[in-house]
Amino acid sequence: MATTTLSAPTARKTTIALKLLMAVTGAFFVLYVLLHMYGNLKVLAGQEAFDTYAHHLRTFGEPMLPYGGLLWIFRILLLGSLIGHAYAAFTLWSRAGSARKTKYAVLKTAASAQWMRWGGVAILLFVVWHLIHFTIVKPVINVDGPDAAAIKASPYTMVVASFQLWWMVLIYLLALAALGLHLAHGVFSAQQTLGFTQTPKARARAKGIGNLTAALVVVGFAIPPLSILFGLVK
Amino acid sequence: MATSTKSDPKNMDLTLRIWRQDGPSDRGHLQTYEVSDISPDMSFLEMLDVLNEQLNAKGEEPIAFDSDCREGICGMCGLMISGHAHGPEKTTTCQLHMRSFKDGDTITVEPWRADAFPIIKDLVVDRSSFDRIIQAGGFISVNTGSAPEANAAPVPKQKADRAFQSAECIGCGACVAACPNASAMLFMGAKVTHLGELPQGQPERWARVVSMVSQHDHEGFGGCTNTGACSVACPKGIPQDVISTLNKDLRTAMRQGG
Amino acid sequence: MTDLIHGVYTEGEKIADTKAPKVPVAGMWEKRKMDAALVNPANRRKLSVIIVGTGLAGGAAAATLGEAGYHVKSFCYQDSPRRAHSIAAQGGINAAKNYKEDGDSVYRLFYDTVKGGDYRSRETNVYRLAEVSANIIDQCVAQGVPFAREYGGLLDNRSFGGVQVSRTFYARGQTGQQLLIGAYQALERQVAAGTVEMFTRHEMLELIVEDGRARGIIARDLVTGEIQTHLADAVVLASGGYGNVFFLSTNAMGSNVTANWRAHRKGAYFGNPCYTQIHPTCIPVSGDHQSKLTLMSESLRNDGRIWVPKKREDCEKDPRTIPEADRDYYLERIYPAFGNLVPRDIASRQAKNMCDEGRGVGPMVGDFRRGVYLDFADAIKRLGQKAVEEKYGNLFDMYARITGENPYETPMRIYPAVHYTMGGLWVDYDLQSTIPGLFVTGEANFSDHGANRLGASALMQGLADGYFVLPNTIRDYLAKGPFPKVSEDAPAVVEARTAVEERTKRLLAIKGERSVDSFHKELGNIMWEYCGMERTEAGLLKAIDLIRGLRAEFWRNVKILGSADTLNQSLEKAGRVADFLELGELMCIDALHRAESCGGHFRAESQTEDGEALRHDDQFLYVAAWEFGDGESDPNQPGSTMGAPVLHKEDLVYEAIELKQRSYK
Ligand SMILES: Cc1cc2nc3c(=O)[nH]c(=O)nc-3n(C[C@H](O)[C@H](O)[C@H](O)COP(=O)(O)OP(=O)(O)OC[C@H]3O[C@@H](n4cnc5c(N)ncnc54)[C@H](O)[C@@H]3O)c2cc1C
Ligand code: HEM
Ligand code: HEM
Ligand code: SF4
Ligand code: F3S
Ligand code: FES
Repeated sequence: MATTTLSAPTARKTTIALKLLMAVTGAFFVLYVLLHMYGNLKVLAGQEAFDTYAHHLRTFGEPMLPYGGLLWIFRILLLGSLIGHAYAAFTLWSRAGSARKTKYAVLKTAASAQWMRWGGVAILLFVVWHLIHFTIVKPVINVDGPDAAAIKASPYTMVVASFQLWWMVLIYLLALAALGLHLAHGVFSAQQTLGFTQTPKARARAKGIGNLTAALVVVGFAIPPLSILFGLVK
Repeated sequence: MATSTKSDPKNMDLTLRIWRQDGPSDRGHLQTYEVSDISPDMSFLEMLDVLNEQLNAKGEEPIAFDSDCREGICGMCGLMISGHAHGPEKTTTCQLHMRSFKDGDTITVEPWRADAFPIIKDLVVDRSSFDRIIQAGGFISVNTGSAPEANAAPVPKQKADRAFQSAECIGCGACVAACPNASAMLFMGAKVTHLGELPQGQPERWARVVSMVSQHDHEGFGGCTNTGACSVACPKGIPQDVISTLNKDLRTAMRQGG
Repeated sequence: MTDLIHGVYTEGEKIADTKAPKVPVAGMWEKRKMDAALVNPANRRKLSVIIVGTGLAGGAAAATLGEAGYHVKSFCYQDSPRRAHSIAAQGGINAAKNYKEDGDSVYRLFYDTVKGGDYRSRETNVYRLAEVSANIIDQCVAQGVPFAREYGGLLDNRSFGGVQVSRTFYARGQTGQQLLIGAYQALERQVAAGTVEMFTRHEMLELIVEDGRARGIIARDLVTGEIQTHLADAVVLASGGYGNVFFLSTNAMGSNVTANWRAHRKGAYFGNPCYTQIHPTCIPVSGDHQSKLTLMSESLRNDGRIWVPKKREDCEKDPRTIPEADRDYYLERIYPAFGNLVPRDIASRQAKNMCDEGRGVGPMVGDFRRGVYLDFADAIKRLGQKAVEEKYGNLFDMYARITGENPYETPMRIYPAVHYTMGGLWVDYDLQSTIPGLFVTGEANFSDHGANRLGASALMQGLADGYFVLPNTIRDYLAKGPFPKVSEDAPAVVEARTAVEERTKRLLAIKGERSVDSFHKELGNIMWEYCGMERTEAGLLKAIDLIRGLRAEFWRNVKILGSADTLNQSLEKAGRVADFLELGELMCIDALHRAESCGGHFRAESQTEDGEALRHDDQFLYVAAWEFGDGESDPNQPGSTMGAPVLHKEDLVYEAIELKQRSYK
């Protein structure tokens, strides 16, 4: 039988290396998301607290960093991570597709790989929309006329105005669901990829951490929009 | 279904949808067969033996499927049974018994599907890619006669136990069959963990993992997304944590410039 | 030509092993290794060796010869060398390491093996086996074989198979698997290094003998059907045992005698074909559909108690309702000293006796219930369910899976099953058969186990042969080479190849009515009935007749569909069954001529007053080495030309051990 063995194999070119890239970038996303969530919760503390916080983000590190410097570093890292993460995800996705070209007529195993991929795409679409919404275009949908400019100027008012709309809240909640699912598996998965789960106990712990992170993120992010919708924050 | 006269009320009549494929280039299709009076004490493969005897008598070529030891240890057998690798129980196909099914059931039988396991005929696939992964480094280089006294290197019980548990892999390929990505990480993780837990396995540890994983990718298996379906299907219960060890070892190898 | 004896065989000249040096056993192997010629490393690459079989014997040999630098071609019929039947061995492997300081030694292992074999094995070979046993463990541990260990991290041993020392190394119930994976990995390492060429899903169908030497094989690629010629300087058969002649056995479905039988037909003598080991603790047959039998480790007899009801009427009852007074713990009764731990042959025969008396349990199979109870109720009471679970959990699970019964609640049922064949091709001290250049190792040779094999010694023999013995002895032969190149169209090669092609065509052309399996089952029934646990002259004569009739029918009436140029499992089976149909006859002839009882061979005519085996050392202290008797080509069975075989005796000489009648009472 033919035996083709590879000459000069390298660790960097393996599928596991791609997974490592995904885990590291994913972990960075998680860090970002948690910080972002913490920031959002400041909405509950009122306009001043929230706007100061947004301002702070941009002045952090001054004068060593220019205005918005840290934010930009973060943004660049985020963008790089996103590219890396998505590149790895799509490479592995297409690899998996060609690893089994003939599908089973009946298959009863977990579909979580597909969930992760489509979930990731959903998150990506959401982020694009979210950036348009809050960072780039900032369409103010709730209010017309000159008030709009004023609203745009304060992140706080922008957020509050948006989430007074039920369908806007719904969009965010759907996005959070996708994010929650992605993180529930993803946070466990990253630990497995990084090799932190070498005993059954460690694996159970990693699953726990995954579920906990997901729950925290979903709940934490959902509180501000829901509070606004139900009039607890005005 | 044809009315059958059962020799025992516990016996079953079943509808089987079985993958038939003449050879590697044939497209293949699912073919429906009826079997009757199947005793719950039969193994799944004995049930197929019965069907094959019937086909032979009718002048239809029997269904090709692999098996050898029929006691769950050689790893030769392996069928996708109604969407479960090795069927609904945690065992090999040869040790699956018909008492796991009910009278009147329809059972779909397919070969392992993975491009790294090309189909030879009907339900028989070529798993030589597994051998090539082992060739790439799944061994400890020791020539006959050059071994030191066996008790010279004690192995802590815990490590010995984990090595043993990982060494239980029978190379059946169910992990690949069940994995949504057709990845062979569980098989490979089992070997890397088996050898990596032992003092004898240390000198080649990092080089081994790099060569094996590279060969794995080269064979066309998919990457792992930590789904865990492999471990659920594995008849030997190889836990998913061997994949974690595999990943960790690769990471270490990478740090060392592998 | 001498006259036919019993109407079925003739007797030829005696043979003898000429290779063992004439020195006391203890120094013999060292001397043989010293005397064996060396091959210069640079010349090794030019020497090629074909090894059929990748079990412990073949896999270990291929790896070792590959490391040494020879060009090796390795064959197996499975899809990977790792699946050879050695993988199924459960219990363990013996070695005279004396780690337990319980008085073990090379000599004691040697002695136990000879005694266990009922004084029908060759002293010289067995001594060597015991001598190299310790090296095997070192080798395997270095390869990463995960043997059981104690908390201190050192290797654990247990006592096994009725001996009084703990010398058995084990890896839970999967010792064979772990050892084989070790050999397999060493083999794959050589495949990667390019010294071993691997041919999986290839079946050897003929031996090529050119100029009196074994020079190659004809093999069929089981995937493409291609008939291939492979030439080499020497051929090694490590093709395992032939227990499947009984159809039902603990052997793998594909285990066969074909490699051995084809060599036998080409001139290799077959040693002691009738010596078969029937293992007492197997899961009983549950019905006609059964395709194979499953062994339950012998270790179960350490704690389980074997019994049958005293009264036949009780046989159908729920065993738990049968009071203690109505149970017959027959092994404890008959053999108070050893009780449930008597050797395999004795335990098996007594189980059969109980069932033949009508006191068997379980479902009716044919006219009898074929099963006895193996009861753990006492053990569970004594040790607690947890302790029993820890020790035997995986075996209990396996039993539950196969039978659907819970052995913690109802006693297990067990029955003897064919397990191992001590017979095989005759070899000398160098493991060379009567055909120069044809070596035979592992279960395929007539081996070191005499008339009965002790537990945990087949693995030891396979690895001893493969790692240490063959590589040293074959070099003495290869040093005479490279032999003149054989061309693919040399008459002997063409003849062998044509024979295979013709036979394949003939089998497919019969287009009869009966499936291959139906012939195999019928042969199995004949063998089990007349050449099984108890043999009689009348029965064996009858069996020979029946087998001949069945063989004739096979060649007239077998039905094999499909073609020769693809994977065709019926065709593969047919070739194997055709050879079994000839082997079966030889086994019966061998059993017929040996009118004594020894080890696994119990002749009803030769027993003591209380029904124990009675050896006749004055008449039968020899190895029966059978030469194939070419017969007339019979128009009734065009595929078979089996004639009366010729018996050659090799006298057994005991110098280091005194002959005794075995007793376990
Ligand atoms: C269930 C079971 C449990 C056992 N437990 C123990 C135990 O605990 N301890 C112990 O010492 N022994 C045990 N034995 C016995 C022992 O396992 C075997 O005797 C031993 O493993 C035989 O090894 P081998 O290498 O000679 O042959 P095998 O392992 O049988 O290998 C035969 C090889 O030959 C190949 N082959 C055969 N015919 C052909 C052909 N025509 N063409 C090409 N290739 C061919 C096969 O593919 C295979 O690779 C057990 C046996 C069984 C059945
Ligand atoms: C471009 C869009 C995205 C796609 C296509 C995508 C896809 C994937 C895929 C396929 C995986 C691997 C799943 C697995 O291992 O089972 C993954 C892992 C992960 N993703 Fe995403 N994802 C995307 C965006 C994100 C975002 C925005 C975050 C965080 C907020 C995120 C966090 C994670 C984490 C933490 C992991 C775990 C890493 C690992 O598996 O090792 N992903 N993603
Ligand atoms: C209800 C939930 C959310 C609210 C109220 C919210 C609000 C905001 C606001 C107000 C900004 C602008 C901040 C600024 O420019 O100072 C912002 C930016 C951003 N948000 Fe969110 N967000 C939510 C959820 C999410 C989620 C789930 C993700 C990611 C998966 C996300 C990712 C981002 C990113 C990447 C930016 C751009 C940061 C930058 O400017 O670099 N947000 N968000
Ligand atoms: S890991 Fe399990 S499923 Fe995969 S090959 Fe090994 S035994 Fe089979
Ligand atoms: S199912 Fe597949 S994705 Fe990984 S964890 Fe198992 S190999
Ligand atoms: S046939 Fe050996 S594991 Fe099933």
